[in-house]
Amino acid sequence: MWRFIFKRLLHMIPLLIGVSLLTFLLMSLAPGNFYTALQQNPQISPDTIAKLKAQFHLDRPWYVQYFYWLKNILHGDFGYSMAYKIPATSLIFARLWNTFLLSFFAMIFAWGVAIPLGIWAAVKKDTWVDRACSLISFVGLSISDILLSLLALWFAASTGWFPVGGAQSPIHDLMSPLQQFWDYAHHLILPALVLAASDLAGIMRQMRSNLLDTLRAEYVTAARARGLGEGWVIYKHALRNAINPLLTIFGYSLAALLSGAFIVENIMAWPGLGRLTMEAFFAKDSYLVVDCVVMATALLVIGNFIADILLAWSDPRIRLK
Amino acid sequence: METAAPIPNAEAQIALSPWQIFWRRLKRRRIAMIGGAILIFLYLVALFAGFVAPYHYERMDRDRYFHPPIWPKLSRFHIVVPRYEQLPGDFVYREVPSDTQPVHFFVRGDKYQLFGFIPASIHLFGSDDQHPVYLFGTDQFGRDIFSRLLYGSQISLSIGVVGIFLSFTLGLIIGGISGYFAGATDTVIMRFCELIMSIPALYLIISLRATFPPDMSSSQVYAMIIIILSCIGWASMARVIRGMTLSLREQQFVLAARALGQSNFKIIVRHILPNTLSYVIVAATLSVPYYILGEVVLSFLGVGIQEPQASWGNMLTAAEDVQYLQNYPWLLAPSGAIFITVLAFNFLGDGLRDAADTKSL
Repeated sequence: MWRFIFKRLLHMIPLLIGVSLLTFLLMSLAPGNFYTALQQNPQISPDTIAKLKAQFHLDRPWYVQYFYWLKNILHGDFGYSMAYKIPATSLIFARLWNTFLLSFFAMIFAWGVAIPLGIWAAVKKDTWVDRACSLISFVGLSISDILLSLLALWFAASTGWFPVGGAQSPIHDLMSPLQQFWDYAHHLILPALVLAASDLAGIMRQMRSNLLDTLRAEYVTAARARGLGEGWVIYKHALRNAINPLLTIFGYSLAALLSGAFIVENIMAWPGLGRLTMEAFFAKDSYLVVDCVVMATALLVIGNFIADILLAWSDPRIRLK
Repeated sequence: METAAPIPNAEAQIALSPWQIFWRRLKRRRIAMIGGAILIFLYLVALFAGFVAPYHYERMDRDRYFHPPIWPKLSRFHIVVPRYEQLPGDFVYREVPSDTQPVHFFVRGDKYQLFGFIPASIHLFGSDDQHPVYLFGTDQFGRDIFSRLLYGSQISLSIGVVGIFLSFTLGLIIGGISGYFAGATDTVIMRFCELIMSIPALYLIISLRATFPPDMSSSQVYAMIIIILSCIGWASMARVIRGMTLSLREQQFVLAARALGQSNFKIIVRHILPNTLSYVIVAATLSVPYYILGEVVLSFLGVGIQEPQASWGNMLTAAEDVQYLQNYPWLLAPSGAIFITVLAFNFLGDGLRDAADTKSL
């Protein structure tokens, strides 16, 4: 088991380096940089701009820039945000934490609702429960994150039960720590629900078809033939085997979740990585865009890594491969 | 006695080509047929958007910003539209009683170009300027949302199909090469696919968007969106095709083709890839929504199709303002169109998948 974990960890390093290299290459192909706009400003002398450019190595070819960037990353320094004029490290990690919390709670909610619903639909196959669940999953798969987020904003604005966007209220700094926590949680609920709703349908469908497949297996027939109660057969024998393949869709679900979070963050003004990426993109703060993409990828890769470990832990065949 | 009955049936089975069997199985799935019918209707309307839309997508009505939807009514064998007058205040309108005008069909109106090159000015329906027909209301510039929705569907619907075609062609060829040659070629290609697939899609889309200049003509933007989406979409396709090719290349017909001296390229394109076709068609149908949504997200975020050109994504940008959204909910109309389109593709794709799955009956 430890060897498996170690191997998977080693696998992550070239992947992250490759992703950062690719993003760096793309950003170097981008026309103009942060200082192109400043050059139009007659109040800033060309000397100052050249000095600033040299400070961020923007006058060097992209691969040299990449090595400077990589060297800093290895020292835990994400560089300096040209647009925000603060060190990027604190900025990135604050936003990463927000995105992580948003995705984490969305995931808990989505899996917590989808798995019981999927089981219910499979057990009551071809009844109104099953049909209602399949209708929900069709609608859920077809509804876009944009529409859901817009509807959530509308809901928040009309009822006043939830704040309209953002992560904290204007008087956040004046609150006691406990109040601050509640304020943050209050802002988190609606975006997390929206994100979960868009992820729910796929998991539910998968759970239903997994359980139906397992219920057709011969050991289930054998268990029934032995005279075991239907509840015992389903929950003790079939369900355990049906949950296992779900761990493999965890990775896909996480990727969809992070892309969904990108949209939800941008519409509902949740200060996460996706919103920061767009802000950095419009400001042409290319290093910050690279940082965001690498961090989002790291989040996804680590999520997949955890899913792999869980899978290897629950299924010995994978460990031995 | 028992043997006599099945024989004609069996003969009928043999006479059917695989495509005929596929079509028969598909016809039995009502939901898939409904999805297909909706799609045919949507694409036809998009093709004739200029004709069906009562107004041009750029036409602004300066007297009617944020006008609520106006629905024609039936009165004495005529379809008529009521007139609305603006009340003092923020874009509040009231119906004027008994001031109606009939809706005319095949009327002359704004000039447009049918199929992009035939100049025309005949519209399916229309009314006079004092009694406009705004089926879905107007937006913040007084433009007819229904007309913009139709013009926008030309962009949104075609991007899905063109994008799928491009990225699946790429995925098929690259996946085929990777699986057929195996070895080092395979390793390099598959590592690159993994690289692309491990970046969350929207982050990669935005990084790719950054490599293009911010101001481009509308046709350039259109091409750019297709290129960006295809750059990402081919990877997952290539992976699956590679897996199928790996098992197909061991089959005897490939060996036979090789023994007959056919070139590697020909073997891949003529013998191996056609065997993956039923999978590809199903996967393509189920993937079109992602391309449509990709365009919508890019345009919505302001880095895709630009105003005044209409697309479903940039029309929704207006609804991002909570004040607008609360007071003028008809701004959400494009999201209804997106929903119906994606739902129809999912219905059709699901049915195609069941019909192509020959293992179950």
